[in-house]
Amino acid sequence: MYGKGLKTLSVATVAALAVALSLVFFYAPLDADQGFVQKIFYLHVPLSITSLAGFVVGGVFAIAHLRSGDRRWDAVSYVCIHLSVIFGVGVLITGSIWARASWGHWWVWDEPTLVSFLIVFLLYATYYPFRYAIEDPERQARYASVFAVTAGAFVPLNFLAVRLAQSLVHPRVFATTEGGLPGSMMLTFLACLLAIGLLWVTLVKLELTAKSASGQLKRLRRALDAPAPRGASRVAPEVSV
Amino acid sequence: MPALPLDEAGKYVAGAYVVFLVLIVVYVAIMAAKVQRIERELRELAGFAEQRNDEKEQRRVTADV
Repeated sequence: MYGKGLKTLSVATVAALAVALSLVFFYAPLDADQGFVQKIFYLHVPLSITSLAGFVVGGVFAIAHLRSGDRRWDAVSYVCIHLSVIFGVGVLITGSIWARASWGHWWVWDEPTLVSFLIVFLLYATYYPFRYAIEDPERQARYASVFAVTAGAFVPLNFLAVRLAQSLVHPRVFATTEGGLPGSMMLTFLACLLAIGLLWVTLVKLELTAKSASGQLKRLRRALDAPAPRGASRVAPEVSV
Repeated sequence: MPALPLDEAGKYVAGAYVVFLVLIVVYVAIMAAKVQRIERELRELAGFAEQRNDEKEQRRVTADV
């Protein structure tokens, strides 16, 4: 079910990434202020936007689970959050590399954008121990969904709070009153955002396909009354359809 | 904020993009390992089903005789 269109999506993602990287290194001009280091933004910013949007999407699927009771939505919510946490690791590392190159420090604690993202990341890092501390699958799914909805609502609020903080340290390169990106940079940025977004969707679909296959295998094993395989104590939610 | 010279900035930019690549490659490798495990289990299950069918067939033949 989830594997449908995965091949096309993968090809589109690879093509989009290739185009985006070509634009970054061969088309977009060097930033007058930051120079070559600014190229990190074409990766860092789309990764952070995708990651934060992924957390919200995870919350939306969690609402669908709570409303319908269908465990498939819980699995989708879990995968969305899982991928967003992985992308979040990328955001923190690439952001630190940029900070080191521009500010001379790997991390700055008095910068709201950095600290707020770290808070969101750490919040979602607690999703796993919280989820797996509950043994009963039904309760696990329900509580995890409540967590995903609450934390998902926190993400845009957090974003707004940071925007209102109006830090002068973290550069605003996208739609600011002082002037946004020039056309060529904006085009490159949008291409990168599309490519990273596609990558996120492809990986979500890939993981859901694997989970679906694993779930169906379990059902088949039960139907055949076959012995359980070695090391088959998975706690991550399976997709049964 | 003065711009870093290209030779110095290059290593940071390369570092950031390599981190991203490594992250994706590691994730895909883990997923590939999972798919391999599913494939192996599926083979085991197919073998189990075939073996059970053979045993059933053998019991039926023995009963007929």
